[in-house]
Amino acid sequence: MENLLEVKNLRVSYHTYAGEVQSVRGVDFNLNKGETLAIVGESGCGKTVTSKAIMGLIKKPGEIKKDSEILFNGKDIAKMNSKELNRLRGADISMIFQDPMTSLNPTMKIGKQIAENLIIHKGMTNQEAHDEAMELLKLVNVPNPEKRINQYPFEFSGGMRQRAMIAMALACVPKILIADEPTTALDVTIQAQIMELIKDLQRKFGTAVILITHDLGVVADVADRIQVMYGGKIVEKGNTNDIFYNPQHPYTWALLQSVPRPDLKRKEKLYSIKGTPPDLLKPPVGCPFASRCTHGMRICREVMPEVTTISETQSVSCWLQHPQAPKVDIHKIEGRE
Amino acid sequence: MSTEKLIQVNNLKKYFKVGRKQTLKAVDDVSFYINKGETLGLVGESGCGKTTCGRTVLGLYEATDGEVLFEGIDIHKLSSEKKRAFTRKAQIIFQDPYASLNPRMTVGDIIGEGINVHKLYTGKEKMNRIYNLLELVGLNREHASRFPHEFSGGQRQRIGIARALSIEPQFIVCDEPISALDVSIQAQIVNLLISLQKDLGLTYLFIAHDLSMVKHISDRVGVMYLGKMVELAATDELYNKPLHPYTEALLSAIPIPDPKIEKERQRIMLEGEISSPIDPAPGCRFASRCRFVKDKCLSENPIFKEVEKDHFVACHLFE
Repeated sequence: MENLLEVKNLRVSYHTYAGEVQSVRGVDFNLNKGETLAIVGESGCGKTVTSKAIMGLIKKPGEIKKDSEILFNGKDIAKMNSKELNRLRGADISMIFQDPMTSLNPTMKIGKQIAENLIIHKGMTNQEAHDEAMELLKLVNVPNPEKRINQYPFEFSGGMRQRAMIAMALACVPKILIADEPTTALDVTIQAQIMELIKDLQRKFGTAVILITHDLGVVADVADRIQVMYGGKIVEKGNTNDIFYNPQHPYTWALLQSVPRPDLKRKEKLYSIKGTPPDLLKPPVGCPFASRCTHGMRICREVMPEVTTISETQSVSCWLQHPQAPKVDIHKIEGRE
Repeated sequence: MSTEKLIQVNNLKKYFKVGRKQTLKAVDDVSFYINKGETLGLVGESGCGKTTCGRTVLGLYEATDGEVLFEGIDIHKLSSEKKRAFTRKAQIIFQDPYASLNPRMTVGDIIGEGINVHKLYTGKEKMNRIYNLLELVGLNREHASRFPHEFSGGQRQRIGIARALSIEPQFIVCDEPISALDVSIQAQIVNLLISLQKDLGLTYLFIAHDLSMVKHISDRVGVMYLGKMVELAATDELYNKPLHPYTEALLSAIPIPDPKIEKERQRIMLEGEISSPIDPAPGCRFASRCRFVKDKCLSENPIFKEVEKDHFVACHLFE
């Protein structure tokens, strides 16, 4: 498989009045051509910041730390100047955001917003771009595109806005599409439509997708590979089946357990993770999950575990994998809280 | 669980005037009941009127028509004095734990406000009551002197629950209490709501759009679409044997966190989007998106009626 993007030791911090918030603390991964990689985690785990770094969207007070590398076609995005970034964004890598209400320009017609991309990156004339925008709106199943193309975002519903965003993102046939919680603001029936659309277009154009979400249900259907983030680090990665059927990290397991599953009796206690995520102003030295983990040991709090390879596709950072660690079955969690 | 009805809603309507001539029919002729000690789930997409329904049941909105009987008495016809007595029995927990707590009040004052209004306790007794409530919802008494901004979303929702419980209500409307929270925190709050119900014998109207959570917590579930109740049945019955085409499509759209099941299942994809509740067209509200649409659906409004025991549906397919 062709390697499209490689992220090495990515660290991103935000300098705030309270101090340095270490949002992403050393993340390594790669993205293959045409695949769907899901990044799963709760708010504040660093998943959105990771994707913003790939888009070159980290601005002051944010900072990509030294030694971080984001290699795309052999070039390091982290070191690009704004001219190079402008050439990259929207053409090779584009992004759709969680909130289609606030990520469209309210004072610009939808057609013009889509055409803008084509004029800048492909050097089309206004008329050509307008025609192409019409084709794109048809492609994303916006009904009545002749009328819609001259409307403003406020005239679109949430689902339609997200379709317009997708049209805009795919205008230049990018190699990578980053979808940051694309369906979180939408209703379930619309969510299903949008995910179906993204899958279809991915097949058509061979675009690789990085899907950022907290919803494991959405991931199960579309992802090829999953990586789970917690406290600014990737704690586990693997194929979709590895993660769902053979999770190795206690956090992954807990996350899977905290949504009601079909086998659970009604009103029976759900598994819930005690406590709250770590404060990244003062990130823990050891494993970020240690304080909430049912199997936490002393070493977990003191030293960050190494990455252990489970199989060709799966790896995990957890002290329980150490040969000297006590053998525990993480799938058996004592006393459902 | 008793079968004594705590709340009976009959043909409830709530219209809002928009502009000069248009009416938005947020809740349009909805009837249901809630038994003592049970949880009725109310689901539907945004704009279907579920929140308006919950608020009208509490009397926060005046009903346009219809009645809401609480223990047999219509709450919309109460004198202001009796209305105050009713507000002691019914409370609400809001969706957004960031917007629903006054940032200038301490947690103790927030929880104590209802106690003051109803003159339940004063002085030391009141503080003890506040401490007990905090402990009941999994916080501790030191938190009483802090301000809302010092808490995380899950903790704030716990404060909201403590506030609702402060005046010992019988009935609580939970308006999307978990949708603003992270997955691992959602489970904590749902567990808390379930255990409080068991201990205090509370009755819930649980409004949400997360269908799997609603399934988990509810005894019966009602499905709303554009201001109408389209189906209402016991939870297992509804999820296993949905009758209304909308319920069927809604259930098939829930993503299941299991790749094998996901890859095999067939989705019923709904075309289009929810239409406007402003002066809706005659006939069934769902007709424009329904796969089984007939001529009759476009002209005649289906009646909400019992087709099987305790299974209500409003659809021309079942007539």
